[in-house]
Amino acid sequence: MLTIQELENIKKSKEKLVAVRHHRSGNVPNESGYKYQVLVCGGTGCTSSGCKNVVAALKEQIAKHKLENDVKIVTTGCFGLCALGPIMIVYPEGTFYSAVKAETIPEIVEEHLINGNPVRHLLYQQTVCDDGSIKSLDETDFYKKQLRVALRNCGVIDPEDIEEYIATGGYSALAKVLTEMTPDDVVQTLLDSGLRGRGGGGFPTGRKWAFAKASVSDQKYVCCNADEGDPGAFMDRSILEGDPHSVLEAMAIAGYTIGANQGYIYVRAEYPVAVKRLLIAIEQAEKLGVLGDNIFGTDFSFRIELRLGAGAFVCGEETALMTSIEGHRGEPRPRPPFPAVKGLFGKPTILNNVETYANIPQIINKGADWFASMGTETSKGTKVFALGGKITNVGLVEIPMGTTLREIVEEIGGGVPNGKKFKAAQTGGPSGGCIPAEHIDVPIDYENLIALGSMMGSGGLIVMDEDNCMVDIAKFFLEFTVDESCGKCTPCRIGTKRLYELIDKITSGKGEMEDLDKIKELCAYMKSTSLCALGQTASNPVVSTMRYFMDEYIAHVQDKVCPAGVCKELTSYEIIPEKCRGCTLCARNCPVNAISGKVKEPHVIDKEKCIKCGMCMNNCKFGAIVKK
Amino acid sequence: MYKEPAVPFKGTKEQEQELLTFIDANKDEDGVLMPALQKAQEIYGYLPIEVQTMIAKALDIPLSEVYGVATFYSQFSLNPKGEHRISVCLGTACYVKGADKILEGIEARLGIKCGECTSDGKFSLDSTRCVGACGLAPVMLVDDDVYGRLTVDMLDGILDKYRN
Repeated sequence: MLTIQELENIKKSKEKLVAVRHHRSGNVPNESGYKYQVLVCGGTGCTSSGCKNVVAALKEQIAKHKLENDVKIVTTGCFGLCALGPIMIVYPEGTFYSAVKAETIPEIVEEHLINGNPVRHLLYQQTVCDDGSIKSLDETDFYKKQLRVALRNCGVIDPEDIEEYIATGGYSALAKVLTEMTPDDVVQTLLDSGLRGRGGGGFPTGRKWAFAKASVSDQKYVCCNADEGDPGAFMDRSILEGDPHSVLEAMAIAGYTIGANQGYIYVRAEYPVAVKRLLIAIEQAEKLGVLGDNIFGTDFSFRIELRLGAGAFVCGEETALMTSIEGHRGEPRPRPPFPAVKGLFGKPTILNNVETYANIPQIINKGADWFASMGTETSKGTKVFALGGKITNVGLVEIPMGTTLREIVEEIGGGVPNGKKFKAAQTGGPSGGCIPAEHIDVPIDYENLIALGSMMGSGGLIVMDEDNCMVDIAKFFLEFTVDESCGKCTPCRIGTKRLYELIDKITSGKGEMEDLDKIKELCAYMKSTSLCALGQTASNPVVSTMRYFMDEYIAHVQDKVCPAGVCKELTSYEIIPEKCRGCTLCARNCPVNAISGKVKEPHVIDKEKCIKCGMCMNNCKFGAIVKK
Repeated sequence: MYKEPAVPFKGTKEQEQELLTFIDANKDEDGVLMPALQKAQEIYGYLPIEVQTMIAKALDIPLSEVYGVATFYSQFSLNPKGEHRISVCLGTACYVKGADKILEGIEARLGIKCGECTSDGKFSLDSTRCVGACGLAPVMLVDDDVYGRLTVDMLDGILDKYRN
């Protein structure tokens, strides 16, 4: 059994090691015991970009130069700037190397780690000033406006070492709750903090906990929703990969508050790195005694088990998730009774999402007022967004609530690449909607997003430019919900399918004006009559794109034109005779022999044969082929 | 509707023993069916009706219940997979960057549709939901290798790597 004093001792022994990594400006005295600490991102993005080779090369070079006592290599969770992976930071200076290749490691080790000169041409170029000086990562556009609360340890600590988590104050919130606070105090703190669920709906977390606490039962459960199903959102995965203990600690706090001794984490099987780190974290926590029986010598006991999700979007819905943990088809059931009264295995249960949990230990440690000082009137704290799509800095960002979309897209995200124009941002995934360019200055919080016809969702933020067709995007999301509808209730099972068929009719150029009215009517029925949130919100992408981009729908229906040139049936390829040199490249690349012409004479596309694959346009060296 | 798979079941006694040992050890756990199916898929690579029957017997539940759960989740496959499994990510971030073109490109090169397996058993092709590597969109996986920032002309080179 671990005592609070022993926890404190672990913290003290590792504090200096980790302290230097929290200060990217490099002004902190380096008392870590190492001359340098090299942090390499080991998140999924950087793993895909080849960070394992970088770590192997580092280890080899360090061994070769016998630097083991001077240099510590740490594999961390996600730094956020996935587009530039693999990413590596060297402390105490906090110099930031991006797109690192194993071949360049010998140069970095010799020049930087031995001679003390950062290799400027391999650094993230935004951190290198014109005069050759190196600025802090926090001063770059990507990080400047970010505020890291839920992600505070991601990219800072080794997620596979519980002592590094403890060094940053980990498990002290659990100790405080168990020894100094009553369950009512915890609920009150959460209520005062204004924390709302980060998984979609935005329900106040304190109220949810209060309901479950009030339920009387011999057994209660604490669940964590880590079944991040929203395509394009990966913040929960990054937290689990970079800071798994923050979730375990918060779940134990929840267990104490509502009177539960068992927790379940429902995590996607498609996230192998997250699953592995969670298993390691649970094992270490049980071994140390911060999970298990009589935690910190109190009579509170708590255990956590993993359950792997098997790829069903509907299991993000709370009742469906619980049915799935019970080993059944993940179908939702009507509420009430709410899970706080009758949840997992029929017992009172609370279910929160990963990001919500990750905020809680800090709220306990730093107080409700600290948390409530961030954000807007109704939305407190920060929110993590997964920036994706047509944006320069693809990655993970955490911003205070109330930041505008313009700041996210243009400043943090670095704008839309290739000189294209921003058209809209999609939030909330298949349940959300889009925010068009005219609303780019709206501060982002729960209420404003709903007013715009979108929603916070789990935090996917996909940027679209002028080349994206909004009708096609609506069709894409519908295809997803048709596929993912569990089939239990009719409005969703049949409604999504019929809606898809209507939209498909429009994108294939067969739409009629009355279809638009039918679509509106069907959307309203699905919203009011579906059993769970999946069906109730499945029409949102359609309603939202119709609200802001009705002109595109009308162009598809009346003019039989796709303005963005995406919908195949409505586009055609043509060769401009004046520009064509007759090089025959297009004809040779056409898979269906639809292009004919003599050498050195303008070629022609046979529109009957053309399958609109675009191969000819991609191969033309003279820009002579256009899409209309 | 149940369709007879093209490939006959080739499970061994050892595989069966491994599965039954797992089920025996976890039988009394609440909600054991999902972990049992996951274990079975790990052992056999897919869940043919023979394996589902084994699980139903071992857990003493109706086969229809096992079948119901096995067909509900996209992770479970009732058909065998190719020697190399290709999954093209069709998450939103990949889609807006042209993942559909990548999927079409592979279909054309392998002569199969998404969800199918080549006749020599070399490749199977699936689309997958977000793999979380949105920074590298569009992305595909071949077995456990991730290929990012894909363009259609990269596909031949990637497929060739797995052909031999």
